[in-house]
Amino acid sequence: MTHDADVLIVGGGLNGPALALALAQTGLSSTVIDALPEDVRSGAGFDGRSYALALASVRMMRALGLWDDLADHAQPILEIKASDGRAGEGAAPFFLHFDHTELEEGPMGQMIEDRYLRRTLLDAMAAEPRITHRPGTRVVAQDTTGPATVTLEDCTTLTGRLLIGADGRQSGTAARAGIKRTGWDYGQTALVCAIGHELPHNGIAHQFFMPPGPLAILPLPGNRCSIVWSETHARAAQISALDDAAYLDVLRPRFGDFLGEISLTGARYSYPLKLSLAQAFVAPNLALVGDAAHGIHPIAGQGLNLGLRDVGALAEVLGAAKRRGEDFAALPVLERYQRWRRFDTTAMALGTDTVNRLFSNDNALLRAARDIGMGLVSATPALRRGFMRQAAGLTGDVPKLLRGERL
Amino acid sequence: MNTTAASLDTAEVAKFDAMAAEWWDAHGKFAPLHAMNPCRLDYITAQIAAEFGRDRSADRPFDGLRVLDIGCGGGLVAEPMARLGADVTGIDASETTVGVAATHAAGQGLNIDYRQITAEDLAASGAQFDGVLALEIIEHVAQPQAFLTTCAALTRPGGLTILSTLNRTPKSFAAAILGAEWVMRWLPKGTHDWSKFITPEEMEAMMTTAALDPVDRKGMVFAPLSGTWSLSDRDLGINYIVTAVKPA
Repeated sequence: MTHDADVLIVGGGLNGPALALALAQTGLSSTVIDALPEDVRSGAGFDGRSYALALASVRMMRALGLWDDLADHAQPILEIKASDGRAGEGAAPFFLHFDHTELEEGPMGQMIEDRYLRRTLLDAMAAEPRITHRPGTRVVAQDTTGPATVTLEDCTTLTGRLLIGADGRQSGTAARAGIKRTGWDYGQTALVCAIGHELPHNGIAHQFFMPPGPLAILPLPGNRCSIVWSETHARAAQISALDDAAYLDVLRPRFGDFLGEISLTGARYSYPLKLSLAQAFVAPNLALVGDAAHGIHPIAGQGLNLGLRDVGALAEVLGAAKRRGEDFAALPVLERYQRWRRFDTTAMALGTDTVNRLFSNDNALLRAARDIGMGLVSATPALRRGFMRQAAGLTGDVPKLLRGERL
Repeated sequence: MNTTAASLDTAEVAKFDAMAAEWWDAHGKFAPLHAMNPCRLDYITAQIAAEFGRDRSADRPFDGLRVLDIGCGGGLVAEPMARLGADVTGIDASETTVGVAATHAAGQGLNIDYRQITAEDLAASGAQFDGVLALEIIEHVAQPQAFLTTCAALTRPGGLTILSTLNRTPKSFAAAILGAEWVMRWLPKGTHDWSKFITPEEMEAMMTTAALDPVDRKGMVFAPLSGTWSLSDRDLGINYIVTAVKPA
């Protein structure tokens, strides 16, 4: 049986291309089917979107040979300060402070703009003979009862041994396979934008826990920050409708004046926050990665990092199966990936959910309790290093790629 | 006789399909074998690649190597060997099992020579292989020394015999008493004869008597919590696997 590729990957975002590159290291070929046209993916301007790559994800970029291209554009996160706050009052006196000098591995993470990460992934895919990129087309039908077959919009049929859904939290791949989802709406919308400011941020990331929802301020190269700011759906809709000047007027009291005057340096985005877990991550001849398997609340910026961990684990499981001659698309092999990733992602989803519920309210008692709790964590070096290692993606059964090793 | 999917009638194929589903159900009756299989395959593929100087990153690293799987069952080892490029012969005492294995391999698009024949009869025919695999089989055999002599006869000079079985230790005895399925699974039916287990030292002595040179041995260790197996240099207390070379 000859196939178009060993693996068909639906989804050309970040996890899909990363998986194709990881699989190429194991000798497996893939076709990446991407709904967006290539010029959209490679648009050169800064659109305001960026990612916090945890240290483990940075190591993975290095193992995939991508980091040299990314490093010049990345901003290391040297410190993280988390504090409880209310708009107009500034931060509470107790706060969590994580300093990378306490972690022997170096910076806990790196901020990278969406445009650089995408362009690097596109270039790497183009340079890899084991990868075929099919941009600007959608899957309209699939069959995984035997070797994977997908039908594209133009009626082209592609076949492979395994089908991967890397097509986000509304994964058509999962839906077509009859995999049900579970989850709930947080009643919040994340407002995302990039901010320019007068004073240097010194590589410090901030997370303010405020009654409507958390505000994360993440340092970008230069005097710029990426912010993720959560509000109730209704309030977010009102704020999104404002013009830039009015938008900044709402943001200013939340953001504070510690970085001087602020301005917008890119487009504004809004994302309704929902938890969405697929009830199974695998089926015969099919596997889900990233948000297609588990869309979580982005409170700790762990969405992409969890997705890359899926990619690292799946590529390692498939590569090992291929080396020992197993049918790598068979369920017993895919279940090894599911066992490896399911506990981790469910724990993370429930963990961020609990943190969000605890912090997104204005109950005086809870507010006092969490201030004391944060003070305690901050004052206890071992506990603090534990949090930092978790956030950096260094805990648990870490896939080889995320330890910086090639497959 | 030589059983291929083509020589079976429709009713038999239907029956074999159902049984193949059972053999290949990772959560079914053969779950312990499925759990152990990756660990066995890691060892076998590494030993064969090392002995014959094969590049494991190649798509078909074992191209041209003739491999015999004695007691092949549903083909849990024979199929991976064929996928890696080896010319595989799988033999089993059960006509039904051989039919099941042939049916499954055909569905996978793999060409494997499955036969219902004893190792002794195959050896008498003069057949020889680059690699002879006898996995979880010697504990079922009445005369282990004679069986090893047969394995040696089936191995070409310069070829390998790889054998896995259960050790005879207080630990394996305790595991058997406790009814641990990964041990019970291999006890001969109705006898539960722990005393038939062979220690690695006895195995290597018998191999030497059969003119095979033992060159490597590893433990295969089960972790009940994760349900996974791993290779161990030190712990050969329950399951172990040995490689021997037939001098050229």
